[in-house]
Amino acid sequence: MTTEPTRTHAIDMSSIGRDMQKNNLENEETCIEVKNLNLFYGAKQALFGVNMKMPKKKVTAYIGPSGCGKSTLLRCINRMNDLVDDVKIDGEILLDGANIYAKSVNVADLRRRVGMVFQKPNPFPKTIYENVAYGLRIQGINEKRILDEVVEKSLRGAALWDEMKDRLQDNALGMSGGQQQRLVIARAIAIEPEVILLDEPASALDPISTLKIEELINELKESYTIVIVTHNMQQAARVSDYTAFMYMGELIEFGNTNELFTNPTKKQTEDYITGRYG
Amino acid sequence: MIKQWFKSGEPWVWLNAAAVSANLILVVGLLALVAVRGLGHFWPAQVVEYGYKDKDGVATTIVGELVDTVVLSAQQAKDANYEILAGKDSLVQQLIKSGNRDTTGMDFRWIEQQRITGESYPVEILVVERREWGNFYGRLVAVKEQGKIIASGEQAWPVAEEKLQAALKLFDEIDTMQRKEVGAINYALERLRLKQKRLQLQNQWNDNTRQELAKQEADYQASYQKLQGELAKLNEKLALDSLVVKEASGQEVEIPFAKTVRIYKPNAMSVFAKIGHYGSKLIEFVSDDPREANTEGGIFPAIFGTVMMVMVMAVIVTPLGVVAAVYMREYAKQGFLTRLIRIAVNNLAGVPSIVYGVFGLGFFVYILGGNIDRLFFPESLPAPVFGTPGLLWSSLTLALLTLPVVIVSTEEGLSRIPKAIREGSLALGATKAETLWRTVLPMASPAIMTGLILAVARAAGEVAPLMLVGVVKLAPTLPLDGNFPYMHFDRKFMHLGFHIYDVGFQSPNVEAARPLVYATSLLLVLVIIGLNMSAISIRNHLREKYRALDN
Repeated sequence: MTTEPTRTHAIDMSSIGRDMQKNNLENEETCIEVKNLNLFYGAKQALFGVNMKMPKKKVTAYIGPSGCGKSTLLRCINRMNDLVDDVKIDGEILLDGANIYAKSVNVADLRRRVGMVFQKPNPFPKTIYENVAYGLRIQGINEKRILDEVVEKSLRGAALWDEMKDRLQDNALGMSGGQQQRLVIARAIAIEPEVILLDEPASALDPISTLKIEELINELKESYTIVIVTHNMQQAARVSDYTAFMYMGELIEFGNTNELFTNPTKKQTEDYITGRYG
Repeated sequence: MIKQWFKSGEPWVWLNAAAVSANLILVVGLLALVAVRGLGHFWPAQVVEYGYKDKDGVATTIVGELVDTVVLSAQQAKDANYEILAGKDSLVQQLIKSGNRDTTGMDFRWIEQQRITGESYPVEILVVERREWGNFYGRLVAVKEQGKIIASGEQAWPVAEEKLQAALKLFDEIDTMQRKEVGAINYALERLRLKQKRLQLQNQWNDNTRQELAKQEADYQASYQKLQGELAKLNEKLALDSLVVKEASGQEVEIPFAKTVRIYKPNAMSVFAKIGHYGSKLIEFVSDDPREANTEGGIFPAIFGTVMMVMVMAVIVTPLGVVAAVYMREYAKQGFLTRLIRIAVNNLAGVPSIVYGVFGLGFFVYILGGNIDRLFFPESLPAPVFGTPGLLWSSLTLALLTLPVVIVSTEEGLSRIPKAIREGSLALGATKAETLWRTVLPMASPAIMTGLILAVARAAGEVAPLMLVGVVKLAPTLPLDGNFPYMHFDRKFMHLGFHIYDVGFQSPNVEAARPLVYATSLLLVLVIIGLNMSAISIRNHLREKYRALDN
């Protein structure tokens, strides 16, 4: 356990170091644009006029106290909130310039493009292989050769192949929590989405598993746009390029992670990251 | 001190344990009673020979099996106008199964123990189990072949046994021929007749079709004649030989081997011989057709009918219940209407089963079946095909009866699938229906099986509605046989539950039927246990496979 702090520190330093060089949101290519988004659960408003542009192939983190709406905002990006009864959404979210709330959008297709990993690992009670192949089978791909290939590629992508290659036919529920969470990530990348949403992906895991997930996120951003919700500000600082601070359903501040943590422009942000509330 | 004891919670533990023990004792006691009474019947009882002096002082000999003993006190006996002989303070009555219904007119009789003058168990007493008229008790005199005595005295017994084996074989042959081949020809002829009527109805009855059908009919008739000839020959051969048996009264009776199932000398049998006899009776009971107004022989058609009806019901009720539950839990908007439907479904479970029977008769049999007949079987009208009680309608009625159980437990199962699993599937681009089919329903399958287990247990024991929609006392053919289309959903069938009622309460021979009531009850319980066990093992297998819920 003694090596752990230094390692996390190393990640911290490297990400900050790189962000120093090109750290301007305006210079980034936009992947997801949220435009004036309001969300109501029944009569209660949960999001107030959120506007933001999330950059392509970067990690964007949402931080904020519990109940501030960061998970709600995240779940708007793949329309998971549609499943909630009595929810009303207005405003737009543009994915590559197209509004995902447009009438013509097929939600299942959207979710193929925007994958999601949840707080608690939720593998299906199937074999490891079938878990990863699930998304492909849904698309009607049942050819063993393709499935084998994708399963291997995805498990490698989620840094799970070496551990699991001999156990592909075992039930996924027999894995440890950290392995399950990486399996869920493998499952998500198997269908090659453009965006991966991570909803507090490490909050139910032990420190070593958390570290592995964070390393994985660093690798994944090479190919995917990543949005992560986290409770843990150190984690946000370690893994993200850009950070959004939310409070009471409003987006307070959004900018380069390093800048936001070292030199916040809003007082609320400063209060939060210095631990005055939250 | 006592207060302390109460506070410790110990009394509750004792109370709960006591309740559990009481339940266990009740169940075990019930099964034991049914088993002892039912299974004891097949054991070859000793045959007693009594010297008896009846009320009028006439001495007779009574031969038979002791079935029951009743003790009346002096007062009770006097009130019932019985005479008590001097020196006795109570009246002991014995029920003797004396058989020989053809010569004495009754095969059970009550005698008074006080009038018995002698008691012996002669080894030469022979019991002849016959296909008609019940058992015959007597002494073997001779064996006849074509009316001529070929063996008598000591030699008669081995010859008789030999002859019986040959006769049984012949009988089986005839029986199989009648059922299989003659049955098939009759069935084919009936279809031919229906075909002719159908052609007539469709105005296609012309010289061509007439000739064709006539040719086919002639073929069938020819093979029928040939079979009849063979059968007649076999029957003749079977009827040749007979046993001569002397009754206790001294009268000699000739019993053809054709009408004999078993001959045995119970008083001379060793324990092993008795066990063998017991085994063969037991096998006969579960694998043979009933004889003698259901009081003898086996109950195989009833077992078969019960199992088949339950299985068809399961096949109907499972998809129906699951689909209903899926809609209510997954698709319908939860609100006043769904609550109302749920209440209605739950209340359906409380409707008396006979009401379902009435509904089944009125709706399924008469309306649905009647219309099916009009549409698809016009050629057999006015004789109904589906417009009469039968297997299909019974299964449908019971499916309706057990539907609430399946719906409720499926809903329960669906509601226990964690939201995270559904979201995980949806987030991978699955639609709601795909999520249901691929993930949610498999995970809910143990709950569905639980519903099915409850449904099967209920349906297998249900009798009242079946009496209206398809069960009969004696079905000549099974609902499954070798004649196309093999499954005959329109046929009436026998059912263990109804068999118990029929044998116990509708039988002309109550005394003979009583042990069979117990034996049939035991078998019904065993069948239900068997059905449940197989369903439970399937469920446990599924649970093992989808044990996500425990995590």
